[in-house]
Amino acid sequence: MANSASSDNNIVSVRNLSFSRGPRKIFDDVSLDIQRGKITAIMGPSGTGKTTLLKLIGGQLTPDAGQIHVDGQNVHRLKTADLYTLRKRMGMLFQSGALLTDMNVYDNVAFPLREHTRLPESMIRSLVLMKLHAVGLRGARDLMPNELSGGMARRVALARAIALDPLMIMYDEPFTGQDPISMGALVHLIKSLNATLGLTSIIVSHDVEETAAIADYIYVLSEGKIVGQGTPRQLEQSDSEWVQQFMNGNADGPVHFHYPAADYLDDLLASQ
Amino acid sequence: MLEFLENLGKTTRSSFAKLGRGTFFLAHTLTGIGDVLPRPNLLLKQMYSVGVLSFLIITISGLFVGMVLGLQGFNILSDFGAEESLGVMVAASLVRELGPVVSALLFAGRAGSALTAEIGLMKATEQLSGMEMMAVDPIKRIISPRFLAGFISMPLLASLFSAIGVMGGYLVGVGMLGVDDGAFWSQMQANIDFQEDIINGVIKSVVFGFVVSWIALFEGYDAIPTSEGVSRATTRTVVNSAFSILGLDFILTALMFGDI
Repeated sequence: MANSASSDNNIVSVRNLSFSRGPRKIFDDVSLDIQRGKITAIMGPSGTGKTTLLKLIGGQLTPDAGQIHVDGQNVHRLKTADLYTLRKRMGMLFQSGALLTDMNVYDNVAFPLREHTRLPESMIRSLVLMKLHAVGLRGARDLMPNELSGGMARRVALARAIALDPLMIMYDEPFTGQDPISMGALVHLIKSLNATLGLTSIIVSHDVEETAAIADYIYVLSEGKIVGQGTPRQLEQSDSEWVQQFMNGNADGPVHFHYPAADYLDDLLASQ
Repeated sequence: MLEFLENLGKTTRSSFAKLGRGTFFLAHTLTGIGDVLPRPNLLLKQMYSVGVLSFLIITISGLFVGMVLGLQGFNILSDFGAEESLGVMVAASLVRELGPVVSALLFAGRAGSALTAEIGLMKATEQLSGMEMMAVDPIKRIISPRFLAGFISMPLLASLFSAIGVMGGYLVGVGMLGVDDGAFWSQMQANIDFQEDIINGVIKSVVFGFVVSWIALFEGYDAIPTSEGVSRATTRTVVNSAFSILGLDFILTALMFGDI
């Protein structure tokens, strides 16, 4: 096995991954690598299974075929206990934040520490405040999740995701539905956390501009396949029409504006 | 006809699949109980929301059910000149049947539906999934404490219901209708058997507590994570719990009191 050594430069390697939901093929023989210490983006239009890919990497879903190695371990061959040990080293930021709604910000960030360590409460307090300070929300510790704005909720979730000092963080659509200021804050945070904590980041997104600004490497997915990959600059100069349409946000191109339908004129006249 | 058979087959298959998922879920929940015991705070918090918050509805319903029993019982018993037996009648019907059954039905409506909605919404807002990604088993952390809380609360609430109900019967029978005070209590003491009546009633409520908690938590966990899915799951909790309570009550009564 080529990818078994943990000193390998790739923290995640996906090989020949296939996954379907019902009759729909979400991934068809996809292979990709995530390099250690880098920010890798996985982009594509909505509904291409980007979130599904994160769930596959995290072992919440099982692929139909192919393997996923994280830090040298085959995720879907692990026993439950080993999978949980591995997950302690993976942070995941859900689109909704997925904060526990019956706890305040402080307890949410303390949650993984309290579940997984036997640290005394005074040390947990210092750790929680450090993590909250890193995302700029030390002053919001007493708020409940329903009192937070969407951007703040995501930052709290980020503080929680780094609470156990993971090897890597997976961001699920971190920029969706953010105002420009919190978008800017998140872009800055992802970049600076990756550098200062020595993380590896995987960003799943369709926000081209923000993602291209911080990603070291980008994979573009469409209809279950990788249709383009490279550094942001390489992709901008890509000669694939599809990648061009996606990166520039053109309404029509290889991906049609219209959902497949019968001929327009026939359709209109059909009722008469 | 063929379509009917096809649908029948599909429904049967999906119900069996659900039963299977429910059984695995239960097994997983039960193994998690070992992890709850060292953390009594988790349990106490759930005991509060499942048990203590059901207190009011249980006491008020118990009081009125007891009062109605007192009235109706008096009307019938006085025809036979046996109104001194009112205490026995009220206590026996409450302890054997009405206490466990009515409080379980109320419990399913009050606490069961709340559990389903809570778990369903936690699923819909990815809180369960998020917990899994933090390497915390949501069944052990979220479901098991709630299950245990429901299981413990139910017999306590049913006993409370019966006790308050007896007081209600006393209020109406002795206070309003003039049944002899001493006869009311002494007949009750003489004829209600601890083993036969009270323990059997408690066993019933233990079974109901187990089943209602299981149904409520599983429906929430198995809900389709949308607002419509959660609302349907909540309805199913109340309906399925009611059916299970009444069906099981018949079976348990037959086993305990009937010579079948």
